[in-house]
Amino acid sequence: MTTSDQTPFLEMRDITKTFPGVRALDGVSFDLHKGEIHALVGENGAGKSTLMKVLAGVYAHPQYGGDILIEGEVRRFASVREAEKAGIAVIFQELSLVKEMSVAENIFLGREPRKFGVIRWEELFRRARKLLNDLHLSIDPQTPIRNLGIGQQQLVEIAKALSHEAQILVLDEPTAALTDSEVETLFAILTKLRARGVGMIYISHKLHEVFRISDRITVLRDGKTVGTGPTSEWDEPKVIARMVGREVGEIFPVVDHEQGEVVFEVRNISVSDPVLPAKKLVDDVSFSVKRGEVLGIAGLMGAGRSDLLMAIFGAHAGRVSGEIRIDGKPVRITSPAEAIKHGLGFVTEDRKRFGLVLDQTILNNMTLAGLRRISGRFVTSIDAESAASERTMKDLHVKANSVFTIAGTLSGGNQQKVVLAKWLLTNPRVLFLDEPTRGIDVGAKQEIYAQINKLAKTGLAIVLVSSELPEVLGLSDRVLVLHEGRLTGEFSRSTATPEKIMACATGHSKRAA
Amino acid sequence: MSKSASDPAVERPPTTSDLTPLAETDEITPQTTIGKFKIPTDALRAYTMVFALIAIWIYFHYSTNHIFLEPRNFSNLMRQTAVTGVLAVGMLMVIITGQIDLSVGSVVGLAGGVAAIAQGWLGWGLVPSLASGIAVGIGIGAVQGTLTAYINIPAFIVTLGGLLAWRGVVLGLTRGETIPLRLQSFKSIGQDYVGPTVGWVIAAIAVAAIAWLTIARNRARRRHGLNAPSLGTTAVRIIVPSLVVVGFIYLMNSYEIAPGVRAGIPNPVIIFLAIALAGAFLTQNTTFGRYLYAIGGNPDAARLSGINIRQHILAVFCIMGALAGVAAIIYTARVGSASPDAGQLLELDAIAACVIGGTSLMGGRGTIFGAILGALIMASLDNGMSLKNVEPYMQNIIKGAILVTAVGLDMAGRKRG
Repeated sequence: MTTSDQTPFLEMRDITKTFPGVRALDGVSFDLHKGEIHALVGENGAGKSTLMKVLAGVYAHPQYGGDILIEGEVRRFASVREAEKAGIAVIFQELSLVKEMSVAENIFLGREPRKFGVIRWEELFRRARKLLNDLHLSIDPQTPIRNLGIGQQQLVEIAKALSHEAQILVLDEPTAALTDSEVETLFAILTKLRARGVGMIYISHKLHEVFRISDRITVLRDGKTVGTGPTSEWDEPKVIARMVGREVGEIFPVVDHEQGEVVFEVRNISVSDPVLPAKKLVDDVSFSVKRGEVLGIAGLMGAGRSDLLMAIFGAHAGRVSGEIRIDGKPVRITSPAEAIKHGLGFVTEDRKRFGLVLDQTILNNMTLAGLRRISGRFVTSIDAESAASERTMKDLHVKANSVFTIAGTLSGGNQQKVVLAKWLLTNPRVLFLDEPTRGIDVGAKQEIYAQINKLAKTGLAIVLVSSELPEVLGLSDRVLVLHEGRLTGEFSRSTATPEKIMACATGHSKRAA
Repeated sequence: MSKSASDPAVERPPTTSDLTPLAETDEITPQTTIGKFKIPTDALRAYTMVFALIAIWIYFHYSTNHIFLEPRNFSNLMRQTAVTGVLAVGMLMVIITGQIDLSVGSVVGLAGGVAAIAQGWLGWGLVPSLASGIAVGIGIGAVQGTLTAYINIPAFIVTLGGLLAWRGVVLGLTRGETIPLRLQSFKSIGQDYVGPTVGWVIAAIAVAAIAWLTIARNRARRRHGLNAPSLGTTAVRIIVPSLVVVGFIYLMNSYEIAPGVRAGIPNPVIIFLAIALAGAFLTQNTTFGRYLYAIGGNPDAARLSGINIRQHILAVFCIMGALAGVAAIIYTARVGSASPDAGQLLELDAIAACVIGGTSLMGGRGTIFGAILGALIMASLDNGMSLKNVEPYMQNIIKGAILVTAVGLDMAGRKRG
């Protein structure tokens, strides 16, 4: 790595970007050398995405202040297209592939090799194959995108970016939806690209990944750069401290929850795939939760964790069998409405998709699940609803002007708190949390953790599903591990270790005690 | 996660929003700056609509030698608005839920035909005849709602089929004949007036209600620590709508059907206003209404919040059907007979009214007030252009162009906002 002495390949100088009423970027400077992976970290709302949008030409020149230099030359991109031509490729969190088209078609979308306007299919597939081979990817270019897992789709996106001869690759939370083995493949490819001289900007909340892969780290906070330096000179606590602007003491205050009797129990739950009924997404799972207990469910993506929760909540499209008991009595739950009636609450994994009505107010979202309880059976009472949502907003420290703020305008952490509020307002006895801190910043995460502990103390039974092992280990009294739809391990707080859990989650260990 | 990760794991019928990816939301509440004023874009839209309507009225008034806003024509205009308006109220609820109903024109034809057959060929009395018309509407709504909500056939297809099929049923039932109304009481629903005194009573009640509601809302805002508008603003908010109401009633009452005989409000307008009020209450002040917006806004989140989506979609189609029945009665009564091709293209007027009024066809957004403004604009264009003797082919071209332009301006405005 020869980085520091020459002029950087990309330099962003004193970038400023304001939205009405908000200064999103305030004099940010950032640079990138060829063959370097430069990590960009910061809480949600710190300005990372805005900075990348400026780079990608989403905001054309007069809409931002400052200069973008490529190889020392000031460039002003009027459009995304121009930025692409200059070799900048951005892979956003939401993938932009056409699901029904093949891998090759997606890679060359809009730039298909043509002769007299007719697509030369052999050439198209040949080029795609070469590109994929260069990356050592064993993906058939003729496969439709919809047949690929999220991880492979991400890799296709990268192949697509490289087909543009991208010199600068921006990766926005690339591992958010990847399994561990897919992360390894991705990192191997990034390392290869680095050797080829591609400069990469790596945005992630997962600091251990940042430390593994990056050469330099820049921390943004509130639209300003608060530190840049070689990764070797930093460590996680230092970065976190810069991100939140304070030293983070214990992220997980170890709280032993006082547990009561069993409130909720499932026996022999199986869930079949709605498309392929022979395939079992969840296979014969049984567990129980006590009052005041936090039960963690660990497992890799695709282990059937979300399917299990959806099935319990009466919302799974596939066939569900098994028994659910509340207070020892068997109940039948065939719809979310019944689940709510029985005192279950469910903070879903994808808050934008399953949790919020984004263009409605905080108030409307918070009262949605418990509307009849809060507001009245038929005629609504804005008084009662404001009172309930204002109280909850204060309890959960939701940062917004008022309960009439539109939910979609909030940051991820605040959106997640609104979803949590929605379920607390149904007055649940058992609360299911599916990846409650995905994609939210460190500060908001800690607040959610504190809430979980507080709620457990009030006697709520909590089932916590999370891919982040420290989170599961730090909060749970007991941990279950799922692998391919089956329970492969159960640990108490004192016996659980990351190694044991990973062994069960990857199927390397038979059911441990 | 497995391949099914991107497909909805939640079991529910399809809605329009399945066709579009989740909207990227802006970081800031949409606002539009005019001079030094910042106005929430939604409010600005409503004002723009009102101004557009007033502009259209003034234009027609002056270009028709002051006929357009004369009591006689204005009374007619309102009567014409009633049918589209009633349908627009139902259509709004359908669209908010993320569905569409293309069959209402044919349902109006069929329901009108059935009511006319009941009172004519079968010799039924007024009430059973009217009830039969409305029952036909509800029945059709129930069938189409069930197919959409429980069998998961997209509403567009179900009601497109309905558009053809129900028209076929009217033609078959009436054997292609136009059936005249025998009952004078039936005709009077579409042709008579409530009388000036009733008009003034309604005006008084309306003004009192406006004042009371405005003050009550201010109190509620203050209770929740939100700043309530100043006394001046409050006064304006009471006085302006009150003046509109009084002016409206005055204009209606000053229409002389015969020398010395003042008309008052046409019956269809009374029915329309009652339905509009009920619709506004249902959508804004009930759990039912809130659920409709949630279903259209994000069906997956709505379902997981315990809302029975299928039931609500079915209910909304039944309401639409019932209102199509009411519209059919007004229409048939006004014309004085039921012809088998009655109501053609009314579905498009109703959808256009909603869309011009700012309703999103993707569901989750739109108000009764907007839909009514839209219906008024559509009816005003029809009425004004007829007065100006614009050729029918030209009327269609102009209406089409205005619909597309209105939505185009709206989209452009949204981008800027």
